[in-house]
Amino acid sequence: MYWNKPIEMMEIDRLKALQLERLQTTARMAYQNVSVYRERMQKDGVDPDDINSLDDIRRLPFTEKNDLRDHYPFGLFAAPQSEIVRIHASSGTTGKPIVAGYTQKDVRIWSEIVARSLGCAHVTRDDTVQVAYGYGLFTGGLGLHYGVERMGGKVVPVSSGNTRRQLTLMEDLGTTAIACTPSYALMIGETLRREGFDLSRLKLKTGIFGAEPWTEGMRRKIEELLNIKALDIYGLTEIIGPGVAMECLESQNGLHVWEDHFFVEILNPETQEPVPDGEYGELCISTISKEGMPLIRYRTHDLTAFIPEPCVCGRTHRRIKRFRGRTDDMLTIRGVNVFPTQVESAITGIKGVAPRYMLIVDRVSDTDVLEVQVELAPDFISDEVRVIEEFHAKILKTIEQVLGVSIKLKLMEPGSIERSEGKSRRVIDNRHLFE
Amino acid sequence: MFVKQISVFLENRPGRLEELTTLFGKSGVDLIALSIADTSDFGILRGIADDSEKAYRIAKENGYNVGLISVIAVVTPDEPDGLARVLRILKDGEISIEYLYSLVRRVGNEAVIILRVNKPDDAVAVLIANGIKLLDDNSIK
Repeated sequence: MYWNKPIEMMEIDRLKALQLERLQTTARMAYQNVSVYRERMQKDGVDPDDINSLDDIRRLPFTEKNDLRDHYPFGLFAAPQSEIVRIHASSGTTGKPIVAGYTQKDVRIWSEIVARSLGCAHVTRDDTVQVAYGYGLFTGGLGLHYGVERMGGKVVPVSSGNTRRQLTLMEDLGTTAIACTPSYALMIGETLRREGFDLSRLKLKTGIFGAEPWTEGMRRKIEELLNIKALDIYGLTEIIGPGVAMECLESQNGLHVWEDHFFVEILNPETQEPVPDGEYGELCISTISKEGMPLIRYRTHDLTAFIPEPCVCGRTHRRIKRFRGRTDDMLTIRGVNVFPTQVESAITGIKGVAPRYMLIVDRVSDTDVLEVQVELAPDFISDEVRVIEEFHAKILKTIEQVLGVSIKLKLMEPGSIERSEGKSRRVIDNRHLFE
Repeated sequence: MFVKQISVFLENRPGRLEELTTLFGKSGVDLIALSIADTSDFGILRGIADDSEKAYRIAKENGYNVGLISVIAVVTPDEPDGLARVLRILKDGEISIEYLYSLVRRVGNEAVIILRVNKPDDAVAVLIANGIKLLDDNSIK
């Protein structure tokens, strides 16, 4: 199943030529319209006209998540505000979120790549797709929603949560595909089995799962519990949202990056030099057709590798392997990206706590549970439980507001959080999400 | 007319209380009254030592979150209505109790109750006015 066969099966040389042309346009647009890019290029002594081959992209400066924070909210927008029709947001590395702006064309491109991704999952106009990603500033819900509509399928915008209702709708509406986080898919599957729900009453056949890392083991479990094919979709708010890359049903091995819209590099995280095909490195993405907020050489910190072999599905767009981890300490908690440094900025300035903390993540009944341990300042004490509990509640609320996810907070005695040489270890992830 | 009480924040984990009491034992600090308030996440040890200031110093030096405050030590006859009489006096004086606990040992045939109230000075005044015997840091040892 192909949504846009001529593009998806485009001859590699033509695809590369298209990429170069679009990269040149993007570099020029960024130089002209975004002062941050212009100043960096000038500082590096590079001009957009110096881009004469795809390899020349390496002359362009990198973009980091912190750039989005430093120029919050609109500093990296290339289109005039009057052209922006949509804003989405995601976690920054500190208290502030990062935002992305879309023009009408950007929304169309996004819908197009999600439609193609649905095609990879063999979803057609005859399908009913239940979108159980959260709707709102998070890109999951609206991203999938627009893609399904663009493709001509029927979308059920149920959003996340209320698992019992999800099941009822699935049965009553004859849902054939579901889009959500893999951990939520597991939870739906477990609920279904626990409640003795008759699987034959469902028409579900496919799942499109993303927004958090997952393993082959989880895939097998989801496929077994729901009796479906489970496929991985990748994307990030900064770049556009879900649909940057998608697994195809034919191979279920690696994700096709829609290379007519994104130019991807896989680089050695230390040297920033390209790694040979097949070797793992950090994924770096340049948007080459976006207008609202084009990003040049955006460092995703996701670790993956190119799969050099052509895919059995016939798509020419290169595949990247299932992600192996991160080069930083970002966590994904129930689909929300969390950085330990966000905790730090949340607790800084609260009298009574020390700037020492630890994040411990577990998966309990298929739900991510984040425990944040915070050390008390040595002089904090009360003989009254009520006072400490109020203090606890205040810190909990402050951290939750910054992270955007609910947490368990544990106040610790001074000195009880492990100290190590140099950079302290701030995360213990017991979920084992990477293979 | 107060006695000094230490309060120590303790994480809820096995052995934590033992560590603290062992530390006091080694340092020659005798706990003569003790109460622990706990939630699922943490506990607060409140106690009176034969030398609470020393207990405070030792806990502090060993990295505990410890506080030192004044509470009231009330001597009540160890018989029915002994405690209730004290509580009635406080109620009549519109003083509310944050918490109370009793001394590990008796003094003669009287019991000693440690009280933390919202208006300590008023409490002391009404208790003395009603003939209730109170202890201070020296007489409690």
